[in-house]
Amino acid sequence: MTQEFIAPQVEFTGVTKRYPNGGLVLDALSLTIAKGEFVSLIGPSGCGKSTVLKLISGLTPPTAGTIQVDGLTPKNARETVSYIFQDATLLPWRTVRQNVGLGLELEGVNGTRHAQRTASLLELVGLGHVAEAYPRELSGGMKMRVSIARALATSPRLLLMDEPFAALDEMARDRLNEELLRLRAEQKWTAVFVTHSVAEAVFLSTRIIVLAAHPGRTHAIIPVELPFPRLAALRAAPEFGALTAQVSRTLREAIPQ
Amino acid sequence: MKARLLPLADALAVFLAMLVLWQLVLWIFHVPSYMLPSPWAVARAVVARFPSLVSSLAITAGEAGGGLLASIAAGVLIALAFGQFRWVRRMLYPYTILLQTVPIVAIAPLIVMWVGAGALSVTVIAFIISLAPIIANTTQGLISVEENLVHLFLMHNASPAQLLLKLRLPHAVPSLFVGIRIASGISVIGAITGELYAGSSRVGEGGLGYAILYASSQLQTDYLFALVLAATILGFSFFFIVMFLEWYFLHRWHESARAPEVE
Repeated sequence: MTQEFIAPQVEFTGVTKRYPNGGLVLDALSLTIAKGEFVSLIGPSGCGKSTVLKLISGLTPPTAGTIQVDGLTPKNARETVSYIFQDATLLPWRTVRQNVGLGLELEGVNGTRHAQRTASLLELVGLGHVAEAYPRELSGGMKMRVSIARALATSPRLLLMDEPFAALDEMARDRLNEELLRLRAEQKWTAVFVTHSVAEAVFLSTRIIVLAAHPGRTHAIIPVELPFPRLAALRAAPEFGALTAQVSRTLREAIPQ
Repeated sequence: MKARLLPLADALAVFLAMLVLWQLVLWIFHVPSYMLPSPWAVARAVVARFPSLVSSLAITAGEAGGGLLASIAAGVLIALAFGQFRWVRRMLYPYTILLQTVPIVAIAPLIVMWVGAGALSVTVIAFIISLAPIIANTTQGLISVEENLVHLFLMHNASPAQLLLKLRLPHAVPSLFVGIRIASGISVIGAITGELYAGSSRVGEGGLGYAILYASSQLQTDYLFALVLAATILGFSFFFIVMFLEWYFLHRWHESARAPEVE
């Protein structure tokens, strides 16, 4: 781990979030995510894991406490942050290429730079052959690739992912998990990843934060010290199985009986 | 191809059967021709008065088309205001429903009084009657954008103009077409109704509605049938033009428009 990976990229200090109706979603949550980490948030429904992403992105404000992203307020840090949603959120009237280029376009990148960047991202996620297709012609896994390519096109330093592979079959999910790690190795972004899948969390993460519900709070933090690069074969390794079992056990403790 | 043509063939068969039935009714019950002319007499009337029939058709098409185009332009602008500002929508949306429920026959005489008899007031009537479905459907399309898509745009620091032009407006196009399809039918009805009140004051220069009034007062029932036929064809043409445009603009991406459906 090099020095640049140490500085905090996301910092929550006593963050509380209430719904407008008064329900408590997060109770004085404090957490630090360092540069280069891949942090998964896992927990029962109602633990506020998606809310954490909404707070980091500034899409919803905290009721109390402070949030810093790259030393800035969440809204001011958006330029360096990309968000991948649970559904692929593609614009159906745009081709794959135009969808991948959307973020760049909105941020004012045009012309040759836009075209080159879009083309290279399409190649990177293996979508070059369907660049002119419309989203409805693609499978769920391919749509998600488009979504990932679009998020990476703007060269984010922080990637927020809200159960991006939940709707996919296991084969597609495993493949995309492996690709996500390959892309991360090349591009060195930090990731905050929300998931329901223990195996997925162990495979991807450097650290897993297990949240408890009602109100949402940190239940346990489990470091995942499996070496990179992590390849498909890792899923059969005994240390992978041991960690999965440990996370599952911790997750069960976090769910009230 | 075969599967697509067959329903059309079926419809044609029903049409021929109806003509036969019509002729049979005339022969069996000895209906006088001023009550119900024969299909043959209607066909003769079409041929004999073809120029005036086409001219009436053209006048009504112009009025209905003009009213429809104006209602699309105004309706989209109003919907944009509704879509962008919730307070404008809250204040004014109920009145668009009023627009839909006001009986056009009741206000047609008023419009004639204000605008004067002739094509312009008929166009205004067609415009008023077409406006509500355009506003309602376009507004629905503008405001029903999925929340995550809005979030996606916000994450890329999209400006309000970008949100409108690159997200809400394209998202509303399919709904706009639903509105136009409804409006296209009623614009023709509006124009013909309008002409009953406000058609040309000079004989032979009115649209279909005016010609229908005149033909019925003269007991020219065969020509009356020809005019009704022309009105039906006009409504159909509007509908198919809109269907084609809808297909043309949406078939590449929208689920509802994979192919033009012939029904």
